[in-house]
Amino acid sequence: MSKLSSAAELKRFRQDVLSRRDPNKPCLSICLGTGCQACGGEKVYQAFAGEIRKQGLEAKVDIRRTGCHGFCERGPLVVIFPREICYLKVTPADVPEVVAKTLVEGKIVDRLLYTGEDGKKIVHEGDIPFYKHQSRIILGANRLVDPTRIEDYIALGGYSALARALFVMTPEEVLDEVKKSGLRGRGGAGFPTGVKWETTRNAPGEPKYVIVNADEGDPGAYMNRSVLEGNPHSVIEGLIIGAYAIGARQGFIYVRQEYPLAVANLTVALEQAREMGLLGANILGSEFGFDVAIHRGAGAFVSGESSALITALEGRVGEPQINYIRPAISGLWGKPTNMNNVETWANVPAIINKSAAWFSGIGTRGSKGTKIFSLVGKVNNTGLVEVPMGATLRQVIFDIGGGVPGGKKFKAVQTGGPSGGCLPAASLDLPVDFEELERAGSMMGSGGMIVMDEDTCMVDTARYFINFLSEESCGKCVPCREGLKQMLLIYNNICAGKGREGDIELLREIAEVMAEASLCALGTTAANPPLSTIKYFRNEYEAHIREKRCPAGVCKDLIRYYIVPEKCQACLLCAKSCPAGAISGDKGLVHVIDQSKCTKCGACLEACPSRFGAVTKISGKPAPAPVPAGTRVQKRK
Amino acid sequence: MVQELADVDRILDKYQGRKNALIQVLLDIQAQNGWLPKPALIWVAERLGVPLSQIYQIATFYKAFSLVPLGRHIFQVCLGTACQVRGAKRLLDNVSSVLGIEPGHTDADQKFTLTTVNCLGCCALGPVMLVDGQYYSKPGIKDIEKIAASCD
Repeated sequence: MSKLSSAAELKRFRQDVLSRRDPNKPCLSICLGTGCQACGGEKVYQAFAGEIRKQGLEAKVDIRRTGCHGFCERGPLVVIFPREICYLKVTPADVPEVVAKTLVEGKIVDRLLYTGEDGKKIVHEGDIPFYKHQSRIILGANRLVDPTRIEDYIALGGYSALARALFVMTPEEVLDEVKKSGLRGRGGAGFPTGVKWETTRNAPGEPKYVIVNADEGDPGAYMNRSVLEGNPHSVIEGLIIGAYAIGARQGFIYVRQEYPLAVANLTVALEQAREMGLLGANILGSEFGFDVAIHRGAGAFVSGESSALITALEGRVGEPQINYIRPAISGLWGKPTNMNNVETWANVPAIINKSAAWFSGIGTRGSKGTKIFSLVGKVNNTGLVEVPMGATLRQVIFDIGGGVPGGKKFKAVQTGGPSGGCLPAASLDLPVDFEELERAGSMMGSGGMIVMDEDTCMVDTARYFINFLSEESCGKCVPCREGLKQMLLIYNNICAGKGREGDIELLREIAEVMAEASLCALGTTAANPPLSTIKYFRNEYEAHIREKRCPAGVCKDLIRYYIVPEKCQACLLCAKSCPAGAISGDKGLVHVIDQSKCTKCGACLEACPSRFGAVTKISGKPAPAPVPAGTRVQKRK
Repeated sequence: MVQELADVDRILDKYQGRKNALIQVLLDIQAQNGWLPKPALIWVAERLGVPLSQIYQIATFYKAFSLVPLGRHIFQVCLGTACQVRGAKRLLDNVSSVLGIEPGHTDADQKFTLTTVNCLGCCALGPVMLVDGQYYSKPGIKDIEKIAASCD
């Protein structure tokens, strides 16, 4: 790779890459995002590479390793361009047939296609309901790019926004464009990006710094991981453009070390960008110079908070600082510092290329553009979803997500991570944007969307978040340290059937004080899980406290497993699965659970075939006395 | 020990003795060694001119670090929200019973360490477990037994 020393050279390089490509040549795009890798994607890739070699098709077929395609539930995913044939759950055993039939003969392998609800097979990726209702401005590029090959990104028009910014626009004009676009921070707080840039630009003091916050610590959210792993150059390009607008010469990417593939791909991408003259001194032959270093986070949720992250970058413990002055004015080493989240930076090249007007044409009045959600939990089509701001929860969960599996009822959706809230079915028609979510008692956060069905206990869910936050709290300020500890104690009591009248009010009181008085956002937003669950699911709290009953049958201390004698087919399946040896019975003999031995692991319920449905959960009352031994005989039907 | 300190030196040289690279240095030592031995930390303190207390503060604050040796095989069970609603607790119980150790512990032979993690970032596959860098989606008790048996 040689250095590009002008915008014209970048253009020529791109034309050169494109001219060497035949748009009609089949190209296998194999998803090797972490999700598909976990399902054996690497083996599928190797099988394809081997089979293509074996059949001597190397010259006729391209094969591309890519980042996450989004539809993680059905991985490993393979898309065959140019026809965009989408195969799901591909195994190495399928590979010879796909090569022989699809690549050589152009025919479709039906069984690997998506099957719609009407039983019809869907060939093209874009026609699958999961993809059809999305607008994948950022994520869509993943399947077209091998993250370790910069030419793939440039072929898509990558770095042309940088060239435009550097040679056609002044830094002020870039800033103005981002301001006009209405882009707001995708990390959670939703602060207007352009305004933040402007504050840093105008702040006195040199040098200035720009930072990518890629410390995605939210349990249940992984969109940043996918963008970093799948299309690192989009983030880097956005960062360089931002640095140009702000006047920074040095940038940092703070990325979790729990994301090793993201670290690896970013490292390669930065090296390539440097080699090609897109980073370093005189970028693309301009006057502007800028470089980026990677800093691996060592695993602490609170270090994603901006002041904490800056402290960690300085090599100290990543604890939040009291910041009367914003990092934009006095951040890293006391210098003006602009920090944005991965997704925010990734939006910048598109805004510069397609204009602020185009970007602000998408979304709602107060929230522009698209947002990536990680749609997970009890939902049929889990994965990463990118929709225009203002799409309703119903559209995301039901049209794209395909609703709740197993015929269960939708109960709640948790948005915004541990700092967010749980919204009930009545909120399903809420258009999702920053303001609407906040009004409903939740928040956008980084975009986690966790769907819960009737089997989820909302008290236990709130306890889960409080437990998480109390473990992750740095303990520096009293409201957060003590508040979380006390809330956790109350929650543990309620879930153990030791809840008392007044607990709900006490939880609310503590939450409100924390929201008012904590040092950083971890503490102030910790109020959301208790307050939102109390607001929408108060009856579940009351059932736990007053009736010692867990309506969803989750809280172990409040449930019992019971085998209904009339339904038991004496098949021994549950007895064999019981790790505690608590189930007695034999072939032809109705089974009984010894409550004193039962550890309530639920293995028996899972083992009992649904057509029998003999194992049940009982809550709020004791299990019926076992059938007397002499009358337990029963024949299998 | 001399060999170990030479390794630490190599890591320190990579970061050109920059104080602010302290966390990166510790991460590298942790990755190379599996834990942070005290002599290594004393050596880092001397070479970087950072108080040992500050190094311990960092080593105990972040999850990635361990001040005791870990097992040869690390089982990490994800307790992220998405895994949680899909039964991560049950998975943790199962792994714990197969390995015969509680979360956060290492067995006497230093063969297995069982830890929990707040999110592995593959939420669509929950509940998820990571063993020696390999992800497993929804492993049942039989799968866990097989995985444990394949560890030497």
